[in-house]
Amino acid sequence: MVIYKRNPNLIKKVLGNKIQFLLGDMACVYGGIISGVSFFGGYPITPASEVAEGMARLLPRVGGTYIQMEDEIGSIAAVIGAAWGGSKSMTATSGPGFSLMMENYGYAVMTETPCVIVNVQRTGPSTGQPTLGAQGDMMQARWGTHGDLEAIALAPSTVQECLDFTIEAFNLSEKYRNPACVMTDGEIGHLRERIVIPDENELELIDRVEAKIDKNKYVPFTNSQTRKNCKIPDFATFGTGYRTYVTGLTHNEKGFPATDKQKDHERLVKRITSKISDDAEKLVSVEELNLDDSDVVFVTYGASARPAESAMDIARKKGLKVGLLRLKIVWPFPEKIITKLAKDVNKIIVPEMNLGQIYHPIKEAACGNCEVISAPKIGGEMHLPIELLKYLGGEI
Amino acid sequence: MVEIKTAEELNKKYLREGMWPTIFCNGCGHGVVLEYTFWALEELGWDMDKTVFSSGIGCSSRLPGYINADGLHTTHGRAIAFATGIKAANPDLNLIIFTGDGDCAGIGGNHFIHAARRNIDMTVIMINNFIYGMTGGQLAPTAPLNSIATTAPYGNIEPPFDICNLAKSLGANYVARWTVNHPYQPIKSVKDALSKKGFSLVEFLAPCPTAFGRRNKLGDIKKHWQWYEDNTILIEDYERIMNYGSEKEKEEVKNKFPIGVFQDWEKPGFFEQYEKLVNRLIEKDVKKPIKTKAVVRK
Repeated sequence: MVIYKRNPNLIKKVLGNKIQFLLGDMACVYGGIISGVSFFGGYPITPASEVAEGMARLLPRVGGTYIQMEDEIGSIAAVIGAAWGGSKSMTATSGPGFSLMMENYGYAVMTETPCVIVNVQRTGPSTGQPTLGAQGDMMQARWGTHGDLEAIALAPSTVQECLDFTIEAFNLSEKYRNPACVMTDGEIGHLRERIVIPDENELELIDRVEAKIDKNKYVPFTNSQTRKNCKIPDFATFGTGYRTYVTGLTHNEKGFPATDKQKDHERLVKRITSKISDDAEKLVSVEELNLDDSDVVFVTYGASARPAESAMDIARKKGLKVGLLRLKIVWPFPEKIITKLAKDVNKIIVPEMNLGQIYHPIKEAACGNCEVISAPKIGGEMHLPIELLKYLGGEI
Repeated sequence: MVEIKTAEELNKKYLREGMWPTIFCNGCGHGVVLEYTFWALEELGWDMDKTVFSSGIGCSSRLPGYINADGLHTTHGRAIAFATGIKAANPDLNLIIFTGDGDCAGIGGNHFIHAARRNIDMTVIMINNFIYGMTGGQLAPTAPLNSIATTAPYGNIEPPFDICNLAKSLGANYVARWTVNHPYQPIKSVKDALSKKGFSLVEFLAPCPTAFGRRNKLGDIKKHWQWYEDNTILIEDYERIMNYGSEKEKEEVKNKFPIGVFQDWEKPGFFEQYEKLVNRLIEKDVKKPIKTKAVVRK
C-alpha cells in the first residue's frame, strides 16, 4: 500500500472554496488536513464528534487513514503509534474522553511523540453538560497526567483560529516532539463563522527532524545529534532501519529501561520539560487590546475572550480605561507578560467558563503586584458582557 | 545470507545488544516464546528493519526490548491500539504484538476484540501464564478455577477467559494455542500467523514458576513444565471426544486446555479494504473538475 504523501493540490481540491462559512469543529479538520495529517483515530463525543465526522469524510480523500477506535484510550494510542509510523496524527475529544486519554498523553510526553489533540471542551465533573461549551480541561491539559511535564496548549477564540491553531499545534508538536492540545470549546466548536483557507505559499509547516545520521551512531533520546544546542532528539521513524526501542518507562539515552536510576530519570525528565520551558518566551502568543493606558485588564482566552472584548468596548465608551489580554497559547504560560502587566495595571479580571483555572497561574505570576479577580461562569452559558462589567466596580 | 543453524547464531542475529540480563525468572516460558518467534522470522526471512514490535505492560511486554528491531513498549493493555496506528501510518511494516493474559485479556480486552473484529493486519502473540507475574502474582482473567493468587487467596471462583475462542468468534484470520513445551508446532504456527494478512493470534500457555507454580503447588520447574504436558490436549482430539466420546473420556478431558489451530482462513484485512476505499475516492476526486465559483465579499 502506498504511504501517505501530502498533496497540496488534492488538499485544495478536497477542501474547496478559499472562503467558507464553516463550523468551528470542521475548521479543526481543515487545519489538520492542511498540516498534512495522515491519521485520525477518534471516538464519538459531543461536542467534538463533528471533528471525527469531518475527518471520516475528508481524510480518505487525501489519502489519509481514519479509524473510529473502540474508545478514547485506543484513539490516542493509535495516534501515537501512527506518529511513530511516520504520520502526522491527531484525535479530537471532549472532557470525559480527554480524561480517558490522560495516561497515553503522558506516554506521548515521555516518549517525545508529536501528535495533536483537539479538545472541544465541555464541563464536568463527570458527564456534566455534554452539549454545552465550557473550559473544563485547561488545567487537565497541564496537570492531568501523572508526573512532571510541560504542556503545549492553544485556545482559539474564533472559527478561523480553530483552523490556524490546529496548524500551529501541529507545528509546535512536530518542533518540540511533544503532544499539543487545541483547547477549543463547545461554543467555538459549534459556532459557524467565515474562514479563509490559507494558500499553500502562505503556509509555514514544520515537520519533525528525521534522524539521518549513521545508524550505529544514532542515540534516540538525547539532545539533537545534528542541531547545535537543541534538546529535541532527531526522530527515527519506525521502518527506517534505526531499530529504536521506545518505552514509557524511565529510559536512558539509548532508550533502554533505567527505572531504578535516579540520574537517568532526572536527566530525561529535565530535558523533556526544559526543551519547552527554555523556549517559553518564544512561545508567547497573545493579543493585546488597549493595554497602553488601561487600569483594568481582562486576561482571558478562548470563547470567554469574546464577551470580555464586548465588555471592554462598552466600558471604553463610558470612559473607563479597560484593556484585554488574550492568551492564544495558554501553555506554556506567558508568565513574564503577566508579571509585567500586573505591575502596570491596578486590576486583572479573569473571565473563564469554569470556577477559575487559569486564574491561578495568573495570580501566581501577578505576584501581588495588582489585584487579580476570577470571573467565573459555569452551567454551559457564556458570560454576558454586562456580567463582566460588574467586575469593573460601581461606575457602570 | 548466512544460514542459521544454532540458537546461538539465531540470538546473535535477533537479540539487541546491551539489554542483558533479562528480567525473567528461572523456569519462565517467555524466553522460549521469543526463541520460537525468532525461528519463525528466520524461516520467513523477514527484513527486521520493516518488522515492528509493540507491547503493553507486564513480563511478556518486556520482550520487544530484547529484540534488535523497532519496538514500542506502550501502556498497560494498549499495545494493539498503538500498533493499529503504526500499521495505518505505514502498512508496509509487519506488526507483532507481545502481550500477556492480564495485558491482553484483562485491561486490553476491548482493544483486542476490536482489532480482531476489524481484522487489522497484525500478529498478536499472547503469553498466558494464568497470573499477573510482574506485580507479584495477582489474579488474572485467564486463571483456572480454584487456582490461588495473592488476590484470590482462597481459590479463584471466576470462570477463566478463553481468548482463542473469543478471537475465533470475532472472525480472526488465524488463531492457535500451544504450550511452550514443544518447539515445532508453535514455530510453524507463528510462521503461519505472521504470513497471514488480517488479524492473527497465537496464544502460548507458559509457566510462571515464581508467581503461579509456587503458589499453586505445581512443584519444581520440571514438574511445572510437565503440568502443561498433562493438562493439554490437541483440539482435534478434544472435539472428537466431546462430541463422540464416552462419559468417562469426556470427564478426563473436559478440564484440559485444547491446543492446536482454532481457525485458519482468508478474509480481507482492514488495510486491504481501506486501500480500496482510498483509491476509489481519490480517483473520483481526480476526475472531478475544480470548483472555481468563489464568492469573495470584502
